[in-house]
Amino acid sequence: MSQSSSPTTKPTTFNPRLSRIIQEIPPSGIRKYFDLASTMEGVISLGVGEPDFVTPWNVREAGINSLERGFTSYTSNSGMMELREEISRYLSDNFQTHYEPATEVVITVGASEGIDLAIRSIIDPGDEVLIVEPCYVSYDPVIRMAGGVPVTIQTTLENDFTLTPEALEAKITPKTKGLIFCFPNNPTGSIMTEEELKAIAQVAVKHNLIIISDEIYAELTYDGTHSSIAALPGMKERTIVLSGFSKSFAMTGWRIGYAAGPEDIISAMVKIHQYTMLCAPITAQIAATEALRHGMDAKDRMVESYRQRRNFVVKAFEQIGLTCHTPKGAFYAFPCISNTGMSAEEFAENLILDQKVAVVPGHVFGESGRNHIRCSYATSMDNLEMAIDRMDKFLSKNR
Amino acid sequence: MDNQKLRELLHILEQNSRRSPETIATMLEVSVEEVKETIAKLEEDKTIIKYPAIVNWDKIEHNDIVYAMIDVKVTPKRDVGFDDIAERIYRFPEVQSVYLMSGAYDLSVVVVGKSMREVASFVSAKLSTLDSVLSTATHFILKKYKHDGVILEKPDDDKRMVVSP
Repeated sequence: MSQSSSPTTKPTTFNPRLSRIIQEIPPSGIRKYFDLASTMEGVISLGVGEPDFVTPWNVREAGINSLERGFTSYTSNSGMMELREEISRYLSDNFQTHYEPATEVVITVGASEGIDLAIRSIIDPGDEVLIVEPCYVSYDPVIRMAGGVPVTIQTTLENDFTLTPEALEAKITPKTKGLIFCFPNNPTGSIMTEEELKAIAQVAVKHNLIIISDEIYAELTYDGTHSSIAALPGMKERTIVLSGFSKSFAMTGWRIGYAAGPEDIISAMVKIHQYTMLCAPITAQIAATEALRHGMDAKDRMVESYRQRRNFVVKAFEQIGLTCHTPKGAFYAFPCISNTGMSAEEFAENLILDQKVAVVPGHVFGESGRNHIRCSYATSMDNLEMAIDRMDKFLSKNR
Repeated sequence: MDNQKLRELLHILEQNSRRSPETIATMLEVSVEEVKETIAKLEEDKTIIKYPAIVNWDKIEHNDIVYAMIDVKVTPKRDVGFDDIAERIYRFPEVQSVYLMSGAYDLSVVVVGKSMREVASFVSAKLSTLDSVLSTATHFILKKYKHDGVILEKPDDDKRMVVSP
């Protein structure tokens, strides 16, 4: 049984000039809160899905210097070899995954492009792709745009929003081609341990699934270290690892990421990439190389700061009466708001109107998030303290 | 408190010394008592010396303050080296900071005064007349852009979109 992942509100009338597939994709659920927040003065936003740091200066300087020296050309489709070599070394040193820079790594325009390339390179129309939700908002539409069928696997607070082999197995059909997930997770902050991933890997091997592992938040793991499913025996050949520089090096606007995987899939991804994007911007590639070579200290300082703020917000939410599981990675807390009697949507809307604090309701990231709100702690401690104060007032009024 | 947490504690205070022990304890996942005790110890052994505010005096009208950095060449003395002359210099209230330097000169002295004339008179009357001082070169500070790690004029504002996935 397949099941569509998001409650699609299909338009009643179709515009014949536009693609039917595109018209069937609902508008982004975040838009409404963005519109509300951006028209108000004095809003404290916990709704931002990107670091509050700017790119470390040495990385910015490398980009500026490259422009001054005239590096303004295309690069190889797969990306500059020196960057692919740095990525390969970095993955091997940190996650025990080994990739040949020449054939098993491609530089993408953010991990976002990697998601699209990965999906398009593996599916034919009608193929089902499993999505572990709650999750980043693009998986579902990207699968639809490729003609695939997104099938969601819900996770629960009781399981710390991790994927269990039973839940996975229950959704597999003869049409299932692959599985996409993101750990550390946006929006829940959950991670999966090596043991938990082993159980998933067994199911993947048994049913011959391709795994798309979005590891964009890997560096932002606070308790323990990040485990990549690609490092498990027999998994490299069926796993596409997606990552990038946006979160770990605060480089969101540079649009620079990468995919690493088996040669046949990477080569298919490069084929799509060369006919659509051609290559990632050279300035960003040079800056990213600098980030891997000399940016680790700056990254460590950012991670230290996120961990401190994570500790602060989780406790603060508990103190004001919201149950909040401890996010072990990323920079989001995902408190449960079911005890307020409001839906996540009502909560988010009333909170911003009443107290000028912007959060994102959990249902935007999938049904399993419907009793939660996503609060990004990628903002200053002063802002967090103020936001918690305001949320406390809001909850007192609504008790 | 382990070394890593101690370092983090000092970084937090360096950023904002008014952060409460309760908040710091939560941030570092330790008890409030441990934070209070550690801070007390750090104050006692002078690891934490003072909690001053970083002030941008340029924002205060009619506030005439002039800073100068003075390169000072001196003759070191037997047994005490540069310490003795450094102390003679840093005891003047006009002197904000004194550093022993490698390179072309020995001491870098930051002096504050109400006018260039006042600073000049301090240098000529008090500093250069000291026994061990061989020569001085005075550089007036025209504008402070960044002080002790803090950008004074244009702090980076948040350029991000208010809500994003």
